[in-house]
This record gives sequence, structure tokens and C-alpha cells, in this order.
Amino acid sequence: MNRITKLFQEKPNNVLNIYFTAGFPNLNDTTTVLEALQESGADIAEIGMPYSDPVADGETIQQSNQVALDNGMSLKVLFQQLQGIRAKVSIPIILMGYINPVVQFGIENFCKKCQEVGVDGLILPDLPMDEYYEEYKPIFEQYGLLNIFLITPQTTEARIRRIDEISDGFIYMVSSASVTGGTSGITDTMETYFNRVNAMNLRNPRLIGFGIKDNVTFTKASQYAAGAIIGSQFIRVLQDSTETTLHNNIVEYVKSVKG
Amino acid sequence: MTTLEQSLYSVDKKGYYGKFGGAYIPEMLYPNVEELQINYLDIIYQPEFQAEYHALLKDYVGRPTPLFYANRLSEKYQTNVYLKREDLCHTGAHKVNNTIGQILLAKKLGKQKIVAETGAGQHGVATATVCALMGLDCIVYMGEIDIKRQAPNVARMKMLGAEVRPATSGSKTLKDATNEAMRHWINNPVDTHYIIGSVVGPHPYPDMVARFQAIISEEIRWQLLEKTGNENPDYVIACVGGGSNAAGAFYHYLDEPSVQLIAAEAGGHGVNSGMSAATTFLGKTGVLHGSKSILMQTEDGQVIEPHSISAGLDYPGIGPMHAHLWDSGRAKFFAITDEESLTAGFELSKLEGIIPAIESAHALAVLPYLKASANETVVINLSGRGDKDLDTYMKYL
Repeated sequence: MNRITKLFQEKPNNVLNIYFTAGFPNLNDTTTVLEALQESGADIAEIGMPYSDPVADGETIQQSNQVALDNGMSLKVLFQQLQGIRAKVSIPIILMGYINPVVQFGIENFCKKCQEVGVDGLILPDLPMDEYYEEYKPIFEQYGLLNIFLITPQTTEARIRRIDEISDGFIYMVSSASVTGGTSGITDTMETYFNRVNAMNLRNPRLIGFGIKDNVTFTKASQYAAGAIIGSQFIRVLQDSTETTLHNNIVEYVKSVKG
Repeated sequence: MTTLEQSLYSVDKKGYYGKFGGAYIPEMLYPNVEELQINYLDIIYQPEFQAEYHALLKDYVGRPTPLFYANRLSEKYQTNVYLKREDLCHTGAHKVNNTIGQILLAKKLGKQKIVAETGAGQHGVATATVCALMGLDCIVYMGEIDIKRQAPNVARMKMLGAEVRPATSGSKTLKDATNEAMRHWINNPVDTHYIIGSVVGPHPYPDMVARFQAIISEEIRWQLLEKTGNENPDYVIACVGGGSNAAGAFYHYLDEPSVQLIAAEAGGHGVNSGMSAATTFLGKTGVLHGSKSILMQTEDGQVIEPHSISAGLDYPGIGPMHAHLWDSGRAKFFAITDEESLTAGFELSKLEGIIPAIESAHALAVLPYLKASANETVVINLSGRGDKDLDTYMKYL
């Protein structure tokens, strides 16, 4: 069974998904970060595939993408680093990134590599839903990859239902209309939106992302969904770490979020 | 405004030109883009919209722009060269044709704020202008490098009441200004309309912008008929960065195979110099700014930072319609170097008393390669005037 599916069967609440950019802060930190995430009790590791033009991302993640590219990160390098990772890390791994580098790598080749190293799911925010359904879905399924879609407060009910119908794993519920890295916390308007989506009785669990950064926001988000996703704040933790403090800083931060 | 519903070269229902186009956007932009997809044709073909659009083009922009027979240039190249004088549009370039259309559309959609990107500053000025005209708030993103090399246009935008925000990420030019404008739209989805300045972006932008710019070839047709008795020239030449002036100049000739369509891309220091923006020579199929097109990119699919002396052509992609014209062989593409464009700019200034924008000078620089004959007719779209480029020109005086 896919590790993401299994996770939500075993743990329907307080799921913590942590995003980090591959190749940041240093090219070869990927394994260290993954091991520290597992050790500290993160439930899902979401690895960002860096891109030169990440339009849905705010400044923090943009900069981490640029640093990673300058460090020499590429899909080829990332797959080399993930070779053998399943001997050490058993939590679900998701690759997140923009469609262009994936298309240049070759969709089938990319999916094959994902399966080889043990990736469980993909988040490709600029892959159109119809194109996924018509062209990509059979290939993703062949290689055991779940495709995770985003929804926002502006996504219509009909579109949420369609996403729920054609995808598995979980739905990434973006908390507000914004790029990543917002700091507004969870507002009343967001609560109304979370409750509205909860009342839809969807098949897929939801994780809330954008604006989650600490125990307070994580706990609050978990009241309205199966858990939450942290990205920009974790990138800041990585940014403030040196080679010697990286592991401990990650463990300390993730534990503080879980409380 | 006539349309091309049946053309081989018009957009299909899914937003594709052949294999190029589409709407590759994050979910956060989906409702806004969908709203446009559903409504844009209905709105822009309403009789009252058309009346208002054409009245503004006439009385505010100064259309029709002249089609000028360039006597001395024709003599030099032993052919018949007509210049479509988009440089005489209010604000100094063709860009205003599109911003007039889009600001009227934004008002119909009930938007109160406008965001735009700009390269050379011409689209930023054209957007700031129509925002002043209509009383809407205006934010323009511009690459930090472009802000420095196009200072007069920055001053104009500010004087017109727009806020100019520097794009400091990536190459700090047009591509990054476009990223920032998209991010701004993601953060302000309800009250803001994004006026894209070229035939790029997710569907329906390429088609919508092409329709607003199609006035250029609509006029060329009747003007040329008046002057020569034939509405079809042998060649139409236009420069292509994203490609909005070319889309407008080509539009009504797409289905006239006797008319050769020629696109001048920015070759920079030369196609193989590593300092170029000649997308069709250096790019391959890829996705940027919401559509699938030809894109300059590394083997790993990272977008390459292009180079051109002209800020308006300094873009690593081209609009999906142009990608299709290139792929199908309907249009022929030339890569014009910085130096060739400067030479052509000085030549037009001295032979005809017209200082062209460096962007437009790229189109003029095709003439020596064209080898058109004495009985042929060449229309060059003179998309903008050169006032903004005086600093650059003066370095070579």
C-alpha cells in the first residue's frame, strides 16, 4: 500500500507534513534533513524540486530555490541522493515542484525514478487538472504515485468535488489567497472556509498549508483538518543552521511544533 | 473588430495553438483565469464595449496610425517599404491598444485595481495611462535592471500616478517582473485585474491581447488597399519579444498564404554567444508564465536569463501563437543582433527622420536580409518610438 494512504489510515489526526527545498542550504543536506525529520516525528517529508521561476512561492522559498540551483541541485542529482533512502527513512516522501523541469526530465522517466527511490506522491501546482486527468494519471498510477491537488478559499464546490474524485492521498488546503510564506495565522474567514470544506464529506483527508509555523498554528489547523503543512518557516530554520547544528535544529523545531 | 474563428492559427476551445498554449497556473489563479476564459469574448464583442474601445482608440490613442511609404529607405533596399506608425500612438508604442481594451474589460468585471509587468516600460506607461484615465489604482512591477536602463519611463509611470515596484528576483528583468505581477495577483485575487502586456500568459491572455492588437493589421489592410490597390503586402515584418505587436501586425494576414510573415527576435551578441534572447533559435518546448511555448532553458528545465540590448525583447519565451507560427512554418524567424538593430535605428533616423524604439529597430534590421524585389511590398511594424532609448543610442553616436 502507498505510504501516504497507509499513514492516513493509521493516523487520521495531527499529521505534520514538512516541506524543504532539495539542495538547501547545502547541496548534500537532503539525507540529513530527511533523517532528522523522521527522527523528530514529522509524518510526511515534502521535498521541493527547485525551479528558477516558482510563481506560487513567496520570498523565503524563492530564495531557497535559487540557492539550491546555485548549489547545483537538479532532478538528476536529487534522484542520486535519494538512491537507497528507503533503507533509512520510512515516512512518506512527496516531491513538490513546477511542471517544466519534470517535463524536460521526461514524465515517464521521472515517474520511474520516483518509484525506484521510493517516492509516494507528487505536488505539481501548475499542472492543469484536465491535463493530469487525460495524460498523466495513468502514468502516475502505473508507478504508484499519488497526485496531490491544491484547493483555495476561491475554489468552487464543484471543482473541489472533481479534485476529490480524481485524486488520492490527501487534498492540500491552501489557507488563504496568497503565495507561500504568509504570517497571518488562522483567521475567522479561514475557519468558515475550513468548516465549509469539512461539511462536504470528501473521500480524501485534507492538510492545511500556508501560514502554519508553530505549535499554536499547527494545533489550530489540526482542529479543522487531518493536519497541516509547514514550508517557509522550516526553510528559515534551515537557513539559520550550520552544518553542525542542522540536525539538532530540525529535531528541536519539529518537536516544538508537535508540542 | 473582425475575428478569426475558423483560422488554422487561432486558439482552440482549450486555449491551444497547435500544441502550444493552455493554462498552466497554480490553483490560486484558477478562479480569476477561469472568469476571464468564460467572459472575455462575450464582453469584448458587446456593441457598447466595441463602441467605447473604438472611440478611445480614435480620440485618445490617435488611431488610425499612418501607414507611411518610406521613400529613401525603399530606394536604398530597392523595394517598397511601408512603415506602420505605431510609434505615433499616445504613449509612444502599440502597447496602449491592449491596455485600453483590458482596462474596459477590468471595469466590466468590476475590478478596482490593476497590476501589470513591464520590460522596457512601454507597457507599464500604457497601463499607468489608462488607469489614470479610468481612475483605477495601478501597480507596475519592473525588473530592477530595467528600472535603471529605462529611467524616463519609470518617471512617466510615477507621474501618471502608478506605483512602480522593483522585481529583485532572478535576472531582475521582464521575466521576473512577470513572476512578481502573478504573485501579486495570487495575493489579491478578488479586487485586482492583471493586465498582461504581451501575447503570453495562461489562456485566454494570448488570444485576448492578440485581438486587442489586431487593430494594427485591420488598418494596414485598408490603408494598403487605398495606397496600392492591393490589401495584401508581400511581407509583414515585426519584432518579437513576447510578440504582441507582431501578433497584431500578423493577425489579419494569418490566413493569406501569399503574405510572408517575418518575426525579428533579439539575437543579442549573436545566437551562439551565450548572450541572446533569440527564443526560436535557442529554445525548446517548455512551460513559463502559464502557457506551453518555446522557451530558453537549460537541459534541466531551468529558465535561462536572456540578453538583449532592448528591454522589451529581453524575454526567454515567445507567445504560444508565435510558437505555433514558427513550428508550422507559417512565419519565418530572424535573429537580429544588438549591433544590427542599432545600425538599423540610426539608418531610419537619418533616412526618414524617425527615431525608432530599439525593439522596432530589430524589425527594420531584417531589410538587408530580405532581398525583396522592386515590385514587392514590405510592411514593417514600427511598434514604438525611440525617445526612451536615447541614452543607449547616444553611446554609439
